[in-house]
Amino acid sequence: MKTVRFGEQKYVGDPVNAVRIFNEKEVDELLVLDIDATTCGREPDYRLIENVAAESRMPLCYGGGIKAVDQARRIIGLGVEKVAISSAAVAHPPLVAAIAEQLGAQSVVVVADVKRSRGGRYEVFTHNGRTRSGRTLEEFILEVQRLNAGEIVVNSVDHDGCMKGYDLDAARAARKVTTVPLTILGGAGKLSDLQRLISEFGVIGAAAGSLFVFKGIYKAVLINYPSHEEREQLIQAMRGAPN
Amino acid sequence: MIAIVDYGLGNVAAFANIYKRLNVPAGAAKTADDLRGASRIILPGVGSFDQAVDRLTRSGMREPLEEIMHSGGVPVLGVCVGMQMLAACSAEGRLPGLGWVPGTVKKFDVSTLGDMKALPHMGWNDVKPATDSKLFDGLGADARFYFLHSYYFECAERDHVLAETEYGIRFSSAVSRGNLYGVQFHPEKSHRFGVQLLHNFASL
Repeated sequence: MKTVRFGEQKYVGDPVNAVRIFNEKEVDELLVLDIDATTCGREPDYRLIENVAAESRMPLCYGGGIKAVDQARRIIGLGVEKVAISSAAVAHPPLVAAIAEQLGAQSVVVVADVKRSRGGRYEVFTHNGRTRSGRTLEEFILEVQRLNAGEIVVNSVDHDGCMKGYDLDAARAARKVTTVPLTILGGAGKLSDLQRLISEFGVIGAAAGSLFVFKGIYKAVLINYPSHEEREQLIQAMRGAPN
Repeated sequence: MIAIVDYGLGNVAAFANIYKRLNVPAGAAKTADDLRGASRIILPGVGSFDQAVDRLTRSGMREPLEEIMHSGGVPVLGVCVGMQMLAACSAEGRLPGLGWVPGTVKKFDVSTLGDMKALPHMGWNDVKPATDSKLFDGLGADARFYFLHSYYFECAERDHVLAETEYGIRFSSAVSRGNLYGVQFHPEKSHRFGVQLLHNFASL
């Protein structure tokens, strides 16, 4: 599924088939998010996760509906490298530490869906960008890092699906306080958006959905990914970035 | 038949799937019996050291595995925490390891990592073989694999270092001793580089 600003959903294709294509394209890492699991009160779809994990020849992270360590353990056991939690990290932060302790800190990714508030600060939202958490992005990152989160993903609700570029202000705000690996998601529309992000921040994760799934202004579905040569060029951009 | 030790930790299905596509018979080993007659053994592992050692012990496969490693007749490949378990011990845990490749497992020293790097070591990185080995056949200078770990293997003997990778320091990303091999990275999640290495392991 792909959304725009976390709103209208568009069906893009079967997940397992998409994974096969991403395998061929040698995608660096795949983040699979079940965006309705929490709002619908559903358990993760273990059968689907198992199929995706068996098919995937690249590192996988799964998120959506994880509220307990046992669920995380089961998912990792299905062959997924990491689990992502978002709403649960807001509702019950100690879950982060519990998963880190039992499965290793590198197994737990915390995703912060953010929107810019009127004061210019970034606030964390849950339930598909509808519920305020009352936490700023910085507070949230500092808290989950203290709890041993292995990675932070900052996902811009405002930029999601717009394909007009990453939310660089959100990235800057996050960069200031993040000491673990950081990935930015939301808004990438062209490879040059990735370049822009990497040029400014150096070592940072660049994640995209629409960019690798849609083609052209009418958003025809065409799964794509930069070639090794194109990726090398992006890495050159990183080498030029300030530390 | 390649036996992939299934003791509850590690991507057994991912390995099995790769071998299925390579047309190499492989299957999960859940009991000591399943290990009998295996031509190769893969010991996967994720999560923390103590948990892995404990689970392997409780699975009932630890002793037969140790016998196989001691006899040296069957190639064994430890992956990630599966590799770390080959050490004498780990700074991450309190339990002793299997102790089959002399060395200990240490945590990366954050102060050596420089400004932008953090722990865990997570992502794709270059792997440079230290010696000629059939395990790395066909893998050129651009060989890269996926890593996800905060602890690394420090060999007691230089001869056992099979490949090295840089992350702050130069550490052993692969080790070997006789028929025992260990790789810190995840060949099952490293696209064609991993497939090549797993194919090489099957052909040893």
